[in-house]
Amino acid sequence: MTTNTKRWNDDRMRDVMGALLRVGVLTAASLVVIGGILFFIQHPKEIFDYATFKGEPAKFRQVHLIVMEALNFRGRDIIQLGLLVLIATPVARVIFSLIGFLIEKDWIYVAITSIVLIILSVSLLSNYLTF
Amino acid sequence: MVTFIAILFAGTLFAGFIGSLTGLGGGVIIVPLLTIGFGVDIRYAIGTSLISVIATSSGAASAYVKEGILNIRVGMFLEIATTLGAIAGAAIAFFAPTHAIAVIFGFVLLYSAIVSFQKRKEHSNVENLPEKKPGRMIELLKAKGTYPTASGLKNYTLQHLGGGFIVMSIAGILSGLLGIGSGALKVIAMDSIMKIPFKVSTSTSNFMIGVTAAASAGIYLNRGYIDPVLSMPVMVGVLIGSLIGAKFLLKSRTKSIRLVFAIVITLLAFEMIYNGLAKNI
Repeated sequence: MTTNTKRWNDDRMRDVMGALLRVGVLTAASLVVIGGILFFIQHPKEIFDYATFKGEPAKFRQVHLIVMEALNFRGRDIIQLGLLVLIATPVARVIFSLIGFLIEKDWIYVAITSIVLIILSVSLLSNYLTF
Repeated sequence: MVTFIAILFAGTLFAGFIGSLTGLGGGVIIVPLLTIGFGVDIRYAIGTSLISVIATSSGAASAYVKEGILNIRVGMFLEIATTLGAIAGAAIAFFAPTHAIAVIFGFVLLYSAIVSFQKRKEHSNVENLPEKKPGRMIELLKAKGTYPTASGLKNYTLQHLGGGFIVMSIAGILSGLLGIGSGALKVIAMDSIMKIPFKVSTSTSNFMIGVTAAASAGIYLNRGYIDPVLSMPVMVGVLIGSLIGAKFLLKSRTKSIRLVFAIVITLLAFEMIYNGLAKNI
C-alpha cells in the first residue's frame, strides 16, 4: 500500500466520522426534545423527587427494553431512547474506526480498536452479563 | 415540574456556555449545580452529567475532526486506558459512600480552578527537542504524526507512552467516578508527558472524552442512575450553551471570564467538600 492511499483513507475516515458524530448527536437531541414535549403534554402536573436516590425501573435501564418501550410513544420512553442513541454515538464511531483500519489492513490498530469496542460493549450490556 | 425543568434548562445552558468559553467543559459545573443548586442526589447528578459530557464532546469533535489535526490512532490506543479507567471509576462509585465522592469532587474542582488560572507553557517546540531514536513500542504503534504550523507541516513523535497511559487511566477513573470529562488531565497526559503538540492534544482529548464517558455511562444507565426527565433539560441546555460559547470564543477576550469562572468553581469546590464532610450529600 502506498502512503497516498493511506492518506486518502485517513482523510476519508475523518470526514465520515465527523458526519457520524453530528448525525448521532442531532438524532439524540431531536428524540430528547420530542420526548420532552410529549412528556409535558401527557403529564403536565406530575412531580418527581430527585433528592433521594431510588434508581430507575428496568424499562429505563435495559437496552432492549428501552428500544421496545419507545414504540409506545410515551414521552419519557422516547427521551430515554434518545439518551441511548447518544451513548451509542461514540460506540458507533469506534465501530466505524474498526472498519476503517480493516480496510487499511492496519492489523495492530484493528486489534487495539477491537479491545476498546469490547470494553464499551461490556459496559453497555453489563445488565445481561453476570460477573 | 415545568418551572423546575425551565430553571434547570437555563442553569445548564449557562453552564454549557461558560464551560465551552473556558475550555473546561460543562461537566465540572453540572454536578455541583444539580446537587448544591437543586438538591438532586449526587448519583442522579453524576449520571446526568455524563450524558451532557457525551453530547458536548461529540458535538465539538464533529467539528474538530474536519481540521485534521487530531491523531485518531494515538487517541484510539489511549482510549484503552481511559475506558478501562472509566469502568473502574463507575465500579468504585457504586461502593464508595456518596459523601466521599462529594469530597473527591471538591478537590478535583479546586484543581480545575488552579489549572484554568495557569498560563499554558509553550514548550512543544518540536524542532528544539533532541533527536531520539523512537522505541519499539512507538514504532509498532505508529505513535507519531504531523500537524500544520505557519511554516508548513511539522512532524512529532510521542514520548513516555507508559507514563501517558497511566495518567490516562487516572483520567478515566475520575471521569467514571465523578461524571466529568477529565479533559484537562487528558491534555496534560498528552501535552506535558507524551510531548504531543498542544493543538493536537486538545482536539484528540476532546475526541476521546465521548468514548470515555460512554464507557461509564453504559454502566450508569444499566444501574438506573440516568433519569429521562432530569437528563432532558440538562442535555439540551448544555449542548446549546456550548454551541453558543464556541461562537463567542472567536470574538471575545476570555481572560476576565476565566477569572470569574475560577472564583466560582473554587467556591463550589469548598461547598462540595464542606457538604461532603458534613455528610449532607
